[in-house]
Amino acid sequence: MEKTNRETLIEVKNLKKYFKIKRNVFVQAVDDVTFDIYKGETLGLVGESGCGKTTCGKTILGLYDATDGKVIFNGIDVHSLTPEEKKDFTKKAQIIFQDPYSSLNPRMTVGDIIGEGIDIHGLYKNKEREEKIFELLYTVGLNREHINRFPHEFSGGQRQRIGIARALAIEPNFIVCDEPVSALDVSIQAQIVNLLMDLQREKGLTYLFIAHDLSMIKYISDRVGVMYVGNLVELTTSKELYKNPLHPYTQALLSAIPIPDPKMEREKKRIPIKGEIPSTINPPIGCRFASRCKYVMDICKEAMPKLVEVDKGHFVACYLHHKEKAN
Amino acid sequence: MKRDKILDVKNLNVSFKTYAGVVQAVRGVDFYLKEGETLAIVGESGCGKTVTVKTIMGLLPEEQAIVNRDEGKIDFKGEDLLKYDDTKMTTIRGRRISMIFQDPMTSLNPTMKIGDQIAENIIIHERKSKDEARKDALNMLKLVNIPNAEERINQYPFEFSGGMRQRVMIAMALACSPEILIADEPTTALDVTIQAQIMELIGELQEKTNTSVILVTHDLGVVASVAHRIHVMYAGQIIEKGTVDEIFYSPKHPYTFALLRSVPKLSDDKQNRLYSIAGTPPDLINPPKGCPFAARCEFAMKVCRIKQPEVTSFGKTHESYCWLHHPKADKNEVPEILLRERVI
Repeated sequence: MEKTNRETLIEVKNLKKYFKIKRNVFVQAVDDVTFDIYKGETLGLVGESGCGKTTCGKTILGLYDATDGKVIFNGIDVHSLTPEEKKDFTKKAQIIFQDPYSSLNPRMTVGDIIGEGIDIHGLYKNKEREEKIFELLYTVGLNREHINRFPHEFSGGQRQRIGIARALAIEPNFIVCDEPVSALDVSIQAQIVNLLMDLQREKGLTYLFIAHDLSMIKYISDRVGVMYVGNLVELTTSKELYKNPLHPYTQALLSAIPIPDPKMEREKKRIPIKGEIPSTINPPIGCRFASRCKYVMDICKEAMPKLVEVDKGHFVACYLHHKEKAN
Repeated sequence: MKRDKILDVKNLNVSFKTYAGVVQAVRGVDFYLKEGETLAIVGESGCGKTVTVKTIMGLLPEEQAIVNRDEGKIDFKGEDLLKYDDTKMTTIRGRRISMIFQDPMTSLNPTMKIGDQIAENIIIHERKSKDEARKDALNMLKLVNIPNAEERINQYPFEFSGGMRQRVMIAMALACSPEILIADEPTTALDVTIQAQIMELIGELQEKTNTSVILVTHDLGVVASVAHRIHVMYAGQIIEKGTVDEIFYSPKHPYTFALLRSVPKLSDDKQNRLYSIAGTPPDLINPPKGCPFAARCEFAMKVCRIKQPEVTSFGKTHESYCWLHHPKADKNEVPEILLRERVI
């Protein structure tokens, strides 16, 4: 499964996104995050709510301006584009939103929702445009009669399909999937995930897949990044992450996944995490997990550990493993 | 361990009047709950699991809900809750049966200090003085592991995180030591690490107080760790009942099987496609005449579309409603794929 020839599609370099809430008070939603996304892969981003994974995805797309750092897409910096270039960029990078209920305009027909991008970029006109929309509806498992209907006439799963068709309409090569299945039922989740994977195979798409469901992330991703309070704490292939998690937070997170198997569940030992998640308004200076970590050392509270490659392709931001490497 | 039945629900039917027509949300549900056990009701959204438990609590909107109060029965230690009016229900609700709701963000009163919210219950039901009730509330907060309970008791819900609010909800629900605790998707809005804490807490408290728990959820993972018995609901009906091991290791109904298969396991590889159930649940304004799952079932036979399946028992605790088990069915046995493909 290892790809030998990995071409980088997106480089995220020291990306920071702070939200101002008062004068001189900032929420450090994403703080100094660095990683690459390779062409044709699915990079999963997991973490608990409020850890900054959605903000990270949206900043990569330029939906938020970065506070600091760079996002290089195909050699160009996403955050210093002229309006002209920006339009060109949005044709290549799209997003599928979490909530299929609030992300579709209730007053637009399905045809217009899907066709909006086509119109903006002037890709197809009239008959051709209609044909293209039919084709997209068919691709996502809806049919041509749906073109004149409104979002409220569809179920959650169907609406998510409309959202996918909209993202695909302008033939992007990169899609941020922001929790695309968390609002859906299990049986419908599987339908949507299979659809996303089929599309990736057919069209060679690259995904940034954001989710809090660890089993789903493991299933769909080639590599997985774990976020905690605005930091990326571990990044490696999905197999390696679940087999050999290094960061204490990742370990605790993985042990908390409920397994749908009573016998395994009875034998399983959970690594408890005590305490509360620190606030992103005044996060601790050192490692942000230090206050809840059972392996905490003095150095953890003094300076934030850097994300270091400790094994081939396995990055972790934790002093426990940095030391090992130095020795 | 011999345990007595504490709750016995018989032939429960609930419908709702809507502009589009009458939605038959719960259609002939039967189940019982024993003392000290955890019963899980599992199903997808809209299958009627929440409506079922809200009927037990007497929390349905009177204007729209139609409940078959005459033919149905909710026997709670010899009292038929379906015959009770609202005044009589208040002596049961919150005191002998209480409920934890799905969304801890919206089910607490944002304008009341959490101490007062817990004490309210105690003052009403146990007729204690304000000071005593407050002491009890403090003990409850400590019981559910809220740090700095003495300070926290004077705070408002917005000052609590999601997991903490759910703890407050549990403290409130358990304040009058109820005999039955109904938990309606108690961890759906929470993160996995917090979810694990809350489920553990409910388990510990149950052991301490011997409360019976009805756990309503769509998450099969949560169920595996805590439930004793599981009922699977689909389109307003319970389609399979069994112990945890029976449901997970020898599911009988094609829907249960499909539900188990469509959850991604940690052992799954990207190479294998995720199993998905084609189609969507039926419209309950015009529910199908036959088995509600027939339209999505890969083993459906002619009879499935015409007639409701009858119950087939497999041992004392395991029941399934499916025509495949009928001796006269074309294929007399469970289809091979159900047996061949182990769930895990």
